[in-house]
Amino acid sequence: MDILVCARRVPDTSENEIALNSAQNDIERDDLVYSVNEPDNYAVEEALQIVQRTGGEVTVVTVGGEDDEEILRREMAMGANHGVLISDGAFMDADGKSIARILEAFVKKGHYDLILTGVQAEDGAAQVGGMLAALLDYPFASLVSSIEVLDGGKLKIGREIEGGNREINEIDLPCVLSIQTGINEPRYVGMRGIRQVASVPIPTLGASELGVVPEAPKVRRTGYFLPPAGKGAAMLSGNREEMASKLIEMLRAKGGLN
Amino acid sequence: MPPIFVYVPHNGGSVDDTAFELLAAAHTMAGPEACVTAVAAGWGAELDAVCEQLRASFDEVWELAQGALVYPNAELVRQALAAVLPRGCILLVPHNHFGVDLSPGLSIRMNSVYVSDVLEIEGLEGDWLKLVRQEFGGQVSTHVRCDVSAGAVLNVRPGAFQPLEGPAVSGQVREVAVGPLTARRRYLSTIAAEAGDVDITKYKILVSIGRGIQEPDNIVIAQELADILGGAVSCSRPVVDAKWLDKSRQVGSSGKTVKPKVYLACGISGSFQHLSGIKGNPFLVAINKNPKAPIFRVADVGIVDDLLEFLPELTNKVREERGVPAK
Amino acid sequence: MHILLFAGFLILALRAFALLIYGIDAKFIMPGGPIYGVVRDYAATVVFFVATAAAVRRIAFRPGRFGKDRSADAIFLLALIGLLMAADAVFEGARAAAQHEPVTFLSLSWMAKGALLHASAPWQRNFYLGAYLVHGLTFFFLLCYRPFGIQFHVETSLFSIYFAKLDRGQLKPVRWGVPDAHIDQVKSFGVKTFEDFTWKHMLDFYSCADCGRCSDQCPSNTVGRPLSPRLFTIKARNYCFQHYPVTGRTGNGEPLIGAIYSEDEIWSCTTCGACEAECPLLVEYIDKIVDLRRGLVDAGRVPQMLQKPLKALESRGNPFGKMEKKRAGWANGVAPVLNGNGNRAGTLYFVDSITSYDERIQSIGRATAKVLGRAGVDFGILGAAERDSGHDARRFGEEMLFMALRDYNTQAIRASGVSRIVTADPHAYNALKHDYRDVPPVEHISQTIAREVRSGKLRLQPLEDSAAVYTYHDPCYLGRHNQVFDDPREVLDAIPGLKRVEMSRCRDRSFCCGGGGLALFYEPKEEERMGVRRVRMAAGAGASVIVTACPFCMVNIEDAIKVAGMEGTMSAIDLVELVEQQTAGD
Repeated sequence: MDILVCARRVPDTSENEIALNSAQNDIERDDLVYSVNEPDNYAVEEALQIVQRTGGEVTVVTVGGEDDEEILRREMAMGANHGVLISDGAFMDADGKSIARILEAFVKKGHYDLILTGVQAEDGAAQVGGMLAALLDYPFASLVSSIEVLDGGKLKIGREIEGGNREINEIDLPCVLSIQTGINEPRYVGMRGIRQVASVPIPTLGASELGVVPEAPKVRRTGYFLPPAGKGAAMLSGNREEMASKLIEMLRAKGGLN
Repeated sequence: MPPIFVYVPHNGGSVDDTAFELLAAAHTMAGPEACVTAVAAGWGAELDAVCEQLRASFDEVWELAQGALVYPNAELVRQALAAVLPRGCILLVPHNHFGVDLSPGLSIRMNSVYVSDVLEIEGLEGDWLKLVRQEFGGQVSTHVRCDVSAGAVLNVRPGAFQPLEGPAVSGQVREVAVGPLTARRRYLSTIAAEAGDVDITKYKILVSIGRGIQEPDNIVIAQELADILGGAVSCSRPVVDAKWLDKSRQVGSSGKTVKPKVYLACGISGSFQHLSGIKGNPFLVAINKNPKAPIFRVADVGIVDDLLEFLPELTNKVREERGVPAK
Repeated sequence: MHILLFAGFLILALRAFALLIYGIDAKFIMPGGPIYGVVRDYAATVVFFVATAAAVRRIAFRPGRFGKDRSADAIFLLALIGLLMAADAVFEGARAAAQHEPVTFLSLSWMAKGALLHASAPWQRNFYLGAYLVHGLTFFFLLCYRPFGIQFHVETSLFSIYFAKLDRGQLKPVRWGVPDAHIDQVKSFGVKTFEDFTWKHMLDFYSCADCGRCSDQCPSNTVGRPLSPRLFTIKARNYCFQHYPVTGRTGNGEPLIGAIYSEDEIWSCTTCGACEAECPLLVEYIDKIVDLRRGLVDAGRVPQMLQKPLKALESRGNPFGKMEKKRAGWANGVAPVLNGNGNRAGTLYFVDSITSYDERIQSIGRATAKVLGRAGVDFGILGAAERDSGHDARRFGEEMLFMALRDYNTQAIRASGVSRIVTADPHAYNALKHDYRDVPPVEHISQTIAREVRSGKLRLQPLEDSAAVYTYHDPCYLGRHNQVFDDPREVLDAIPGLKRVEMSRCRDRSFCCGGGGLALFYEPKEEERMGVRRVRMAAGAGASVIVTACPFCMVNIEDAIKVAGMEGTMSAIDLVELVEQQTAGD
């Protein structure tokens, strides 16, 4: 089975402190550490595990610029067979749909049985997978937490729904799935692995090679701001002991303590 | 203003709360006089009951009934909606596991724009609708504009709008025929979450831990506090992903929904997926080292401190108050 | 017991050869005749009773460490030794009885003579010949059986000890003889199959005498983690016997992890070195564990809980993922940052990651800086230019990450122009001393303080609280690995009014606190925390304060005090914090 994983390089939100820059029009990007979007990493691991069972190759593609090559190398160090960078000045302001159209053009140039994306990236949009599926006219499922390959070009997948329940579906190949974190335990990629792929050439494709005519984005982010504190929390003050005492009083008042 | 539709999820014959929140969102966008149509898909008596319920608040209710739709399969619902909705309309959908499955593809089918997880609707400026959403797990907000000249599918965050019931205008229920649907994705079954040793939904007091617990060894600190308060330890997603606690302890959109009286969010940043699992407006106390953590915006009381230091202090103080000798 | 067996073995080796010659020439007289005869007789007697006692102990009074079924092999061996002695004694005794010769008093032969004195001559002869045959058969059987049991250690230990590493502080490189610059040429890192072990390590497996002292001392084994050093070696030895028999097909390149070891077993080791320190045959363990970890890292099989700090080390230079520019945030002005231009100093205070970023441990950093100041040391820190020493990245198998950190730090250290390094972190100390090359000499802060106390520069004031009883916990990487035991004790004893007790497991027998560096992030299955064990040992020795000289020990011990519920009765303080307290302030 040949699998394509669409990945993205994002600021690592768990350890970075996201703050606004001094001009208040973007986040402060100077000290940010970037890495591959976590759900995308799970998707690559899942793809690697599937081809280990079924045979085939894993390709990782990203839409971006030179800086984004590093995540392709990381995923190739993990075991992906190919990495492809799609880069063109005209793609700079791409919104979700534009990226989906770019990926659609790329998918049509090759042949993939299964396409995986991460469930969402740092913008929380969770849209590219579903859009890509609709453009390709492939069936789609989001929040996938388990994949079993069946005979006859089908998959049995589990989706994570509310209450911690799992929805089991059967889906026809080729299809697009967006992968949820926790589906597997991604293998470790050490410095040695990365060094070994450091000089592997990564093909870069532009708008003309793909035959994509860029369209003006119809969804635009016009500015970042810190949400107003609003009523927010009543912040306790004082040293630790004092705060603990105050909290206990409040808990008692709310009936949480007896 | 293009026609506005609200997709209504339902279960067991009753309408999901989000329907009325989205109705409010629709009116925020289009004005209090706007005609808003509810769309519900399903089958049989349950669907009928749902549409009856919706009549009281929506000007029009479209009932999309077909046997194949008895279970809400986003692949089929998408085909159905794409077939019946007028091009150029604005469709509001709640942003949850179903909305995420349905909407992005639907917007492509309808050739309209898509915006997910909308928090606020600021207004329409010509063809451009101005919205507010968040990024980076809620750490920053963004202003977004989208071109709705060809319509839009908007996923609205549950709880972002206050539900609107009524007006008293009696709505009309219209049965709308849906053509044949091809099922390239077929629903098989639902596996309920494993019970786990502790049912957190039964507890009135929850001491909930997030990434800030740092290592599983520290969970005992939360357990001690929970024990002395007569509550249970619950957690957010990262703790379960790291396999430090069982999934049955997870509070959130992909975990359990809880309705405690007191909820102590310790070392939890406050992503909306987590918060959406907390219902019933409990006394929410947030303890977090990071003064800018989004949780402080929604908590009732906030304490900026390291939970690893604060919780033991709190536990000891409670012990003192009760006359139990400190350990 | 073993000394008696071994000494007897040496003495009787001659006897065995003499017996062989007797078989050819009955008139052969041993050189050294009667004297040797007496010595030999007593030796044989002693060996017989010792072997019996050892067998009885194995069967009836088994010490815990002997575990399950290792005994069959050992008992069989002891039985054979006993049989040899008995046969020899009967041989001698029978002849002495028949020919009325004297025999050494109260020896085994003497007993045999006594028993056969009244037997008929033909029977005496039968016993004589029979005993000779039995002795001969047993002797040759044992000779052939030796390589298949634990007896083999008698031969191989000579070589395994001879070829043991001389520089014990030096960790085995990825491949001996391959310099760092050529490391990319090595196809596979670490040990994945048995054949990846070096010949010396394989010799170690043959040389293990299965005594179990290593597992006795191993803290992981004591707290119920899946690791037992003895079983680690014995399993490898059994694998070796199975796959490399005398006849038949050899080898099969099966991955060891899965076949004989579990991943948990390999990650459970804290590299404390207690096993190596205890082994009478100088079997090396740490190198093997590190090699197995290198193999796992190479294959991507790293537990999720370790992946995060390793990634953070790579991207941020510290396992916590905190920002580089905040590395010197702890200093609060007490430590100048060396930047080569305006700020230069003779001594570098290498802080390392935990002291830089952990709020509790930052106080140790500040105390260290203050004490250095009071001792009149001209020092500075690297600040944001410092990266993690890489000590534990290396011992957890990420050799290349370690090299990257080492090279980065080496450059920064050399650029700073210092001629001396001092650190309060024993892991950093060990790394700078053994893993780094071309850096100025390094010492641990306890050594600095001891020297300045001796010279009188640092005057330690009397302790106010005379009720407290102090005990010093030897950190593994300061004590056992680097033999720094006395300096910290000297410093403590120089504080007037300080009452100090020693735990029974102290110095090179110290009990690991739980592990430092990346070990802090790994959660094994265990019955109890090592730190909790250690804190109870301190309480058992009568102490109310544990003094330690390592930030990781401090984290583990303070944690353990909470978990053990000993918050009112036990506290912990770092040596430097104590010294800072007891010296005049500024």
